Amino acid sequence: MASSIIFILLFLGGAVFFTINARKVRRNILLGKEINRTDKFSERVKIMSLVALGQKKMFERPIPAILHLFLYVAFVITQIELIEIIMDGSIGSHRMFRASLGGFYTFMVSFIEILSVLAFIGTIAFLARRNLLKVPRLVKNELNGWPKLDANLILISELTLICFIFMMNGADEVLYSQGLSHAANLGDGSLGLSISSHLGPMLFGGMSPEALHMIERIGWWGHLVMVLGFLNYLPYSKHFHILLAFPNVFYSNLEPKGKFTNMESVTNEVKAIFDPSFVPPIVDPNTPMRFGAKDVTDLSWKQLLDSYTCTECGRCTSACPANITGKLLSPRKIMMDTRDRLQEVGKNMDTNKGEFKEDGKSLLGDYITPEELWACTSCNACVQECPVNIDPLSIIMDMRRFMVMEQSSAPTELNGMFTNIENNGAPWQFSQADRLNWKNE
Amino acid sequence: MSENQQLIVPTMADYMAKGESPEILFWVGCAGSFDDRAKKITKAIVKILNHANVKFAVLGTEESCTGDPAKRAGNEFLFQMQAMTNITVLNGYEVKRIVTGCPHCFNTLKNEYPALGGNYEVVHHTQLLQELLDSGRIKIEGGSFKGKKITFHDPCYLGRANDVYEAPRSVMINLDAELLEMKRSKANGLCCGAGGAQMFKEAEKGNKEVNIERSEEALALNPDVIAVGCPFCNTMMTDGVKHFNKENTVKVLDVAELIAQAKDL
Ligand code: SF4
Ligand code: SF4
Repeated sequence: MASSIIFILLFLGGAVFFTINARKVRRNILLGKEINRTDKFSERVKIMSLVALGQKKMFERPIPAILHLFLYVAFVITQIELIEIIMDGSIGSHRMFRASLGGFYTFMVSFIEILSVLAFIGTIAFLARRNLLKVPRLVKNELNGWPKLDANLILISELTLICFIFMMNGADEVLYSQGLSHAANLGDGSLGLSISSHLGPMLFGGMSPEALHMIERIGWWGHLVMVLGFLNYLPYSKHFHILLAFPNVFYSNLEPKGKFTNMESVTNEVKAIFDPSFVPPIVDPNTPMRFGAKDVTDLSWKQLLDSYTCTECGRCTSACPANITGKLLSPRKIMMDTRDRLQEVGKNMDTNKGEFKEDGKSLLGDYITPEELWACTSCNACVQECPVNIDPLSIIMDMRRFMVMEQSSAPTELNGMFTNIENNGAPWQFSQADRLNWKNE
Repeated sequence: MSENQQLIVPTMADYMAKGESPEILFWVGCAGSFDDRAKKITKAIVKILNHANVKFAVLGTEESCTGDPAKRAGNEFLFQMQAMTNITVLNGYEVKRIVTGCPHCFNTLKNEYPALGGNYEVVHHTQLLQELLDSGRIKIEGGSFKGKKITFHDPCYLGRANDVYEAPRSVMINLDAELLEMKRSKANGLCCGAGGAQMFKEAEKGNKEVNIERSEEALALNPDVIAVGCPFCNTMMTDGVKHFNKENTVKVLDVAELIAQAKDL
């Protein structure tokens, strides 16, 4: 009884706390500008099935893809077990589905156990790739400090969680064989779990029933606490991608990658120049007009969703020609900076009753420097690489627009190029009248 | 100069005067009009079009920059001014179909002009070449590149930006050459370093130039020719090859030039 109450309080507490934090993230994302990504529904479902659910782009690099698949599938399937944990926890039963589901139950739990072993192997390999093998994209400067710790914490908790699962199942197997388990005794002498029926006796055989019950309970509660802890850790971590990857891929840009947005505010001005009778749509005078992006609130909600979805895997950066050749630009850092600044803006709002209080900072300048932005060749390699369809290039372009159109701070040579186009219709100093001269040369 | 006398390059205005319209408009682009190296590519394209009896026209002095470098540099205002100017001219001539000699012009005209009122069917010159080969309007049997090693460098604005990977390759198959792929090719191709208006500025501080990184990768295959499909890639790769003192053994040529040379045009 007491344990049921503790369970329910713990579970509800975890769920409520997560909801509060998830809503904050949602609010932060919706600080972004409107952009329509609800067209072509069936195409969106398709791309989500392939890229998010099917991990299509991950398989461009097979080794991490397979290791990641172990963790991913284990994660998804293990959630089924959670249903039983919730039921057992609330009403004080033990393996309540076992009697009714029979062989299917044994199969499911056995399957989860096998996946857990694979996930264990995957996790160890991931820890090694980061900390021993030092795969270049996983040890770059922008990961120093919290991002590195974050990645390792996730992997270590994954290992801990799997250990708890095997404590729970292993001890229960030993107890069951002695007729002491609280699970319904079907007179079969073993729970029949694929891994634990062997691992349990190996690890815990010969222990006293009290010790076994204790280990089983530590495993069970530990499992629960890890799951709830994990859930609540997500909004603070790159690990949020396990949830956000799905909406993020659903709302992908479906246009050709080379097609950049035509800024409507500019179109209205240009149209008015070409056609004096053109009446531009009325703009709400309360919304300050700004060309391009200086801060996160100038970006679209999709760009902000991108930033929360980023897994910090660095595939983008490892394919970026600027980064490969030692420039400061790293598309991963663009995404991490965007999220960090957005979190900062969100916290600012939390402490000021939901209103943002000017803090004299902005994404451009305080997080991302012009030098980074001017190194981009707009080659789209980062967009192509991203396994969850994030578009770092669009943020770079929006910030260039701000630098050029609001600050007039383009590098001098580019200003020269602009002047040439304006005056001669070519980026160089050649007269438009000479455009066909090649014909007779 | 004799070879150039054969070039037939009518303008849209010429067609208009005759009350006719061409099959296709050849959008030459700024590099193709003014850059000495790129002008050779332009001429190669014209030679092929002439040879295949394609009724084409150029805008000549009525053509102006598409605005691509301005847009990628962040000057949306200048881009749209250029776009509107060009659209006025193109729509005035009722242009339906355009071939470009440059992937940047191709991308901009194809993707970014429609929303501003410019709707055309736009193809890159390698796509047109493929079309002409497929329909038998040009034929190649081997020729001077037979057995030579050629590797193609994907232009970002043709490849990733617009998913055109096969057209240039299927054109080059006709050369009977040995086509080699770099490790980073097609969707994973590495940029030459010129895009995003980098062509018009000094590179930011780093430890290597992008074109050196890319040329190194291409040269590692010991090719006879590095094939390109973009005048800017051409400049970058040519400079890269020179950097490694390989300009006497490795040629950087546009796909159009390969076809023109194979046909001895
Ligand atoms: S588009 Fe820019 S940021 Fe992205 S890979 Fe290319 S150079 Fe790097
Ligand atoms: S943007 Fe995409 S590719 Fe780059 S680090 Fe984030 S998830 Fe990885």
